[in-house]
Amino acid sequence: MNKPDPMMFLVVFQEMLGPLLWVLVALAVFGVGAFLVVLIKERGIVSRRLVRAELVGLVGGALSLVLMAEVSSSGFTDAGGPADWFLIALVFGVGLAGTTILVYALAGVYAMLSNRPAPAPQPCPMEREVV
Amino acid sequence: MVRSRNDSDLLDKLGSISLNRRSFLMLGAASVSAMLLHSQSVRAQDNKVKTTSRIVIAGGGAAGLTAASQLANRLDGAKITVIDARKEHLYQPGFTLIAAGIKPMAYAISSTAEYLPPGVEWVEERVVEFDPEGHRVVTGSGKAIPYDFLVVATGLKLDYDAIVGMNVTRIGQNGLGSVYHSPASAAATWQALSTFADRGGVGVFGRPATEMKCSGAPLKYTFISDDHLRRRGNRDKAELIYNAHNKTLFSVPIVHEKARMLFQDRGVKIQYDHILQSIDVDRRIATFKTLDGSEELKYDFINVIPPMRAPDAVRNSPLPWQEGPFAGDGWMEVDKGTLRHKRYPNVFGVGDVAGVPKGKTAASVKWQVPVAVDHLVATIAGTQSDAVYNGYTSCPMITRLGRAMLVEFDYQDNLTPSFPGVIAPLEELWVTWVIKTMALKPTYLAMLRGYA
Repeated sequence: MNKPDPMMFLVVFQEMLGPLLWVLVALAVFGVGAFLVVLIKERGIVSRRLVRAELVGLVGGALSLVLMAEVSSSGFTDAGGPADWFLIALVFGVGLAGTTILVYALAGVYAMLSNRPAPAPQPCPMEREVV
Repeated sequence: MVRSRNDSDLLDKLGSISLNRRSFLMLGAASVSAMLLHSQSVRAQDNKVKTTSRIVIAGGGAAGLTAASQLANRLDGAKITVIDARKEHLYQPGFTLIAAGIKPMAYAISSTAEYLPPGVEWVEERVVEFDPEGHRVVTGSGKAIPYDFLVVATGLKLDYDAIVGMNVTRIGQNGLGSVYHSPASAAATWQALSTFADRGGVGVFGRPATEMKCSGAPLKYTFISDDHLRRRGNRDKAELIYNAHNKTLFSVPIVHEKARMLFQDRGVKIQYDHILQSIDVDRRIATFKTLDGSEELKYDFINVIPPMRAPDAVRNSPLPWQEGPFAGDGWMEVDKGTLRHKRYPNVFGVGDVAGVPKGKTAASVKWQVPVAVDHLVATIAGTQSDAVYNGYTSCPMITRLGRAMLVEFDYQDNLTPSFPGVIAPLEELWVTWVIKTMALKPTYLAMLRGYA
């Protein structure tokens, strides 16, 4: 096989997902952008919101696996080797991280728009001990 | 018919995204990629070879359409003509999935027109005569079309008539299956297999003694049948028999050994040197030619794979090999490294019709066509091409529903894994199944459009 070409991957994903590809790309760009904006505006991470976003992220990761199983007419129970476990972890991880960032950003934007004072970023327990 | 779209499908799709505030970000992301694609196409435009050559492509299947797209990308001013009577385009690697009950019939069916590149003429007829001495082909209506360069991509002929008693209209009935015939027959075969999986009995599989497309497919379908029986709790009610045409299950020795071990594990009985000669579809009896004469097998389900040969128009022309293993069935006499005809240097043969040692698969097409096109364009430009096709081909060998082995190899029977250290070639993996069911068709379609 020749060297993988990034453009080839792009056209293959375009064929695979059609316009949905660009919706997903836009969602990722929007999510990361909004997350950064919220982060800068609030000058730190709001722990309580992050934990809640991570909890929703777990659901997002699980849904990613369900979606993958659906579109591939199979399931992670078909895993047969390390490459499969890596793929499962990757799919779950992308779903978890993506959902967490998006939910955190949306909650942050909502808090900003409703003019709620953001809770002050809390130092983590270790920092407290050091302090 | 001349297609005169102004831009590629991909860019059309990108361009069709309407601009409003909500879609601003989406369009922004799309624009970056579009610019990348555009800059590539501008570069391609700059590097195009100017020519007035007449190029005829006989056949509008996977190889013909890929060749048309790549030639249109690389030449400026060439008169490119695709000749094929079939309006439907068939995604043949999908047939097995249809016959496995995984995909609907429509999964494999699209249209030739949607993949024809802009500016390429399509003659909706069959080529009935090749005249390489006179540099022309003749179509079914008697129209002679002259060429400066000819790309033969006619595919092959499924020779069902060579099996005495075979009746393709009976596929799907009385335990008769045949995955290769068409998407409809693949769907009908699934119905027959599903009935067999409910009842059990004797399942007979095998392959022809000729060259064939995707020689892994007969093995795949045996594994799939085994898995359906197991899922329905009827495996112990069934006997599965695989009849190999010679003393191997697969032409690559290491893959043969792996398949043999898997068949042993799944309880599939192997019979070597068994070639299907005739079939009684009413009494469900298949007769095989063996080293000792012939042998009758009573079956409850059979997957018939017919002998495969070059189409009659090629076989009856001066294009086939004159001697050697590819002469009998009329495969084209091309150099296995360049796909250029050995006696007619302005003729190339790509895809199934090429008389080369390995691979009649879409993966072969993907790696053959760029080589042939590079040599053709170099000849027009008056330069030399050093592109060589090494026989690379690929077979995602399904070993049960949900798992497959990504078998890739070349002319020398070397395994040539695309993802060494990540996807082991002889390991039954879910990731390979995911590639087969999710990524291969998009890659194939991108290939037809000349993008991959």
